[in-house]
Amino acid sequence: MVRLLSWAALLAAAALLPFAADLAGQGYYVGFATRILVFAIAAMALDLVLGYGGLVSLGHAAYLGIGAYAVGIWTSHGVTAAPVHWATAIAAGGLFALLTGLVALRTAGVAFIMITLAFAQMLFFLAVSLKGYGGDDGLTLWDTARLGPLDLGDDRTLYWVALAWLVLLLLLGRRLVGARFGLVLLGARANERRMRAMGLEVGRHRLLAYVLSGMATSIAGCLLAHTTDFVSPAYMNWQVSGELVVMVILGGIGTLYGAIVGAAALLLLEELLAGLTQHWRLILGAILIAMAILPRRGLATLLAAIRGRS
Amino acid sequence: MDPILLATQALNGLQLGVMLFLMAAGMTLVFGIMGLINLAHGSLYMAGAYAMAATFGATGSFLAGLGAALAAVAVLGAAMEYAVLRRLYARDHLDQVLATFGFILVFNELARMIWGPAALFLTVPAALSHTVEILPGAPYPAYRLAVIGAGIAVAIALYLLIARTRLGMLIRAGASNRTMVSALGVDIGRLYTLVFALGAALAGLAGAMAGPVLSVEPGMGEPVLILTLVVIVVGGIGSIRGAFVAALLIGFIDTIGRAFLPALLRDLLAPSAANAVGPALASMLIYLTMAVVLAIRPQGLFAARTG
Repeated sequence: MVRLLSWAALLAAAALLPFAADLAGQGYYVGFATRILVFAIAAMALDLVLGYGGLVSLGHAAYLGIGAYAVGIWTSHGVTAAPVHWATAIAAGGLFALLTGLVALRTAGVAFIMITLAFAQMLFFLAVSLKGYGGDDGLTLWDTARLGPLDLGDDRTLYWVALAWLVLLLLLGRRLVGARFGLVLLGARANERRMRAMGLEVGRHRLLAYVLSGMATSIAGCLLAHTTDFVSPAYMNWQVSGELVVMVILGGIGTLYGAIVGAAALLLLEELLAGLTQHWRLILGAILIAMAILPRRGLATLLAAIRGRS
Repeated sequence: MDPILLATQALNGLQLGVMLFLMAAGMTLVFGIMGLINLAHGSLYMAGAYAMAATFGATGSFLAGLGAALAAVAVLGAAMEYAVLRRLYARDHLDQVLATFGFILVFNELARMIWGPAALFLTVPAALSHTVEILPGAPYPAYRLAVIGAGIAVAIALYLLIARTRLGMLIRAGASNRTMVSALGVDIGRLYTLVFALGAALAGLAGAMAGPVLSVEPGMGEPVLILTLVVIVVGGIGSIRGAFVAALLIGFIDTIGRAFLPALLRDLLAPSAANAVGPALASMLIYLTMAVVLAIRPQGLFAARTG
């Protein structure tokens, strides 16, 4: 009960954030918070394959790109209905995940890292060569997406829509990993042979996790395009995939909400460092190296430890 | 097809393949022996190019630049290994990805701070700035031929080092069973630092030789890194021979595809469709190749026994 109440309080606080930002006269932070929600969705989706499946995908930015281009291409043809964008993104992201997953999941470990990276790169070059949709320079969206009567060009509306997506996907994700499906994934990560010996189709579970993850990340891609009113191959840059992995690690892998914490932490850190110096990437890089060397404690595990002690 | 164009493009493909081999050999050596995935391998390539640019620019001597690049990157690699990466051999790949991703950010930013964000352009050394007639009426830059020659020479030297010398024997033994080698009284820590420095030097050499062909700029290592990963996966992770075959294959497919695929499609499709699809397909060709190879042989063309 206490748990439920604290979740409700957290959600209410998140929902009220735009008003707080307005009161403080910091409208800029609504957009920034939306960005955090977008990357939280993507990181959470990545955690499904990375944390639960034990599969390090270094190509998840591809799905951000798929979602963003679904918005960009529809919008440039005058279709601004957000549900159409989302449905297209989910279908395209799922299909790409299915096709690449079938090949990539034949391998494991480092080969999987490299293959997912290469497939994402393939899509990156496809986007660069789409001259009709901006090519290298990207595509500016002149029309904002609409959800029924709502205009997603409005910062607050978009923030709430993104928050709704995050909550929905978090609930779905928790159902999924709490069910037999999640147990099989975790079991296969711990001991694949045993799972197979028990007659469980490990490969099929992993593929399904990969496809679902791709679909959810594509949604994040749509929301990213709605946020920036701009679509670019840069969304699919492999460094973005790397940042998603960092978010998951930062938050603590294998806990869906940890990915949300990690996304917020990394984006806040970047924002903070960028305010200090133009060479902020140097500091960020050093922090990542230090994190890797030190005995790892994701932020979420740290939070759990504190809560466990109190 | 025009035989002159074909010959020129084949040589271009060979040159790309040789460069990719230098990158892939170092990376696959480090991975095959130490189980370390080093995403910052492209940064070592960049470091080689900058070391060349700085030294060549200051002294005017290409050979001095080459020597400085090799030495600087080997030292840089050894320092990286000694200070950070040796702590990560026993960890899972996620920690290695995290740390080496951090290194990429650090190195790119350092390059930007020291040399500025703009690209530097190097000239080809005077002795190699002429062209050689490879076929009647087909001039080809001598510098690129020299790069091909140097790359092949290094490949042979690397093969001899690994197959014929005591160091190579230790490297191979360390790849199979590090505890055993260590029990035999070999300082495995020093061996690893040495192998890492060797891998770094190969990347540095590739970067130094690429300097006069490409522009030297922050972030120049990443596109090469991705190509290198493709080569390693296609060749079979940890296999030097696989890296060699795959590097040449990928070099040829990429170069030939870019040169001829758009024209070929123009014969088959409507011009507008061909113009849209051609360049896209050409730049995706190697990834498609990789997908096909892996669909048939998930472990790559020459799967190494270890790793």
